[in-house]
Amino acid sequence: MAKIIVVTSGKGGVGKTTSSAAIGTGIALKGHKTVIIDFDVGLRNLDLIMGCERRVVYDFVNVINKEATLSQALIKDKRTKDLFILPASQTRDKDALTIEGVQAVLDELSKEFEYIICDSPAGIEKGAQMALYFADAAIVVTNPEVSSVRDSDRILGILQSKSRRAEEGKEPIEEHLLLTRYHPERVAIGEMLSVSDVEDILAIPLLGVIPESEAVLKASNQGTPVILDQESEAGLAYTDAVDRLMGEERPLRFLEIQKKGFFKRLLGG
Amino acid sequence: MTDLGFQLKGSVVTTILLEIQTLSLDSIVAQLREKIEQVPHFFNQAPIIIDLSKLEQDLPLDAFDTLIVSLADLGLGVIGWRCDQENKPTWFSQARIPMLPASKARPILIPEAKPKETSPDVVVKTVVEERLVPQATKVITKPIRSGQQVYAEGDLIILTQVSAGAEVLADGNIHVYGALRGRALAGAKGDTQARIFCKSLEAELVSIAGNFMLSDALRKIIWKEPAQVVLIDDSLDITPL
Repeated sequence: MAKIIVVTSGKGGVGKTTSSAAIGTGIALKGHKTVIIDFDVGLRNLDLIMGCERRVVYDFVNVINKEATLSQALIKDKRTKDLFILPASQTRDKDALTIEGVQAVLDELSKEFEYIICDSPAGIEKGAQMALYFADAAIVVTNPEVSSVRDSDRILGILQSKSRRAEEGKEPIEEHLLLTRYHPERVAIGEMLSVSDVEDILAIPLLGVIPESEAVLKASNQGTPVILDQESEAGLAYTDAVDRLMGEERPLRFLEIQKKGFFKRLLGG
Repeated sequence: MTDLGFQLKGSVVTTILLEIQTLSLDSIVAQLREKIEQVPHFFNQAPIIIDLSKLEQDLPLDAFDTLIVSLADLGLGVIGWRCDQENKPTWFSQARIPMLPASKARPILIPEAKPKETSPDVVVKTVVEERLVPQATKVITKPIRSGQQVYAEGDLIILTQVSAGAEVLADGNIHVYGALRGRALAGAKGDTQARIFCKSLEAELVSIAGNFMLSDALRKIIWKEPAQVVLIDDSLDITPL
């Protein structure tokens, strides 16, 4: 059986798709056969971040409607072995998703894959609920600001009340907090919530903290998951997060304000 | 898991109390029959307690037994009896039905078809006893998240936090053994004695029996500290714990 992980947040623009792409890639790099599904029907983005937009022929909704087979719709990633993408439809809306249809696709994928990453759309409506309904684990992506934290809290409530595990009274969905766009300088001057503030409010285990980084934007525009940029702090922070997701211990890094180096100071840089 | 196939529980039920005031039991039964015929649905299969505390003379045991049988014939189920504790009949330990402790009772209005004349020497008064039934306490072990609402008919105990944007309501008291950041409304049905206790008061709103206070006001009194909220003379009192 595959492990189904939903990447969700409530609020939009916090980095769900970036995180789905990075974490899915990171898991596949460890040799686990992984598929990332774009649940954002109508606002397809994952294919762009993964750099496979020109190879989309059939999509998730085609498979649900049995207009295409899974193997026709799955796109094999060119850079990372063991990684596949199931793109969303751009011409349909969230009503195209049905519980039965999604379940049939997930059941079929479960036979072949070890990890299924569901990239949730923003909001708490149908699309987001479909993405989280079958999840075994959830990565709640949060920015260190009050409205994002409030929305994450709301989605945590939905995870524990409207998922299949909740409805069937099974072991609850395993929750992970992923704090993205973290800016230590702005935290220090009180413009941003700190890691401990967010942990205190949401009260779920911390999977990782991804620092605000230009590398993220650059990677998105190039269609490369940022985790492949091992020169960047964001890429390294995502690698740490994937390691923790796999049960390894990794100390948190990139939380401190970076001091200017000795030479930089000497040269007035 | 338990090996027992049953569970013993306490329960409070409302019953009819039959106060016997004279020794002329035949007359009582006749009058009672007449009353029952007027409003049969009210007495149908009703549990009944015989009260001898208003009786000034001693009632013989055989007369008492006859009364139970007669009442059963009328469709009333006698579930117990009681008497004045200082003036017990000599046979009190031999009665076939359980003896109950005395307690306060108040007369109730019986729906009457039309008032009938009763002879002055025989009076049958029916008293229904009513007590506040305690409701079970609800215990919550998971955080109450934004957008969630929890209601308890009795007391509400939350072992973790209540997030901002969440709402907890109870007819009784509310205990939060974590941060209270959302809205808490105790005494939701008007119980002015209800209280709110929390480990860290950071609430958006606290209310007892409809008297509320918002976070701006709370910040000036106690904030992010253990506190209790009590209603004193229609105004909320916030005190540290």
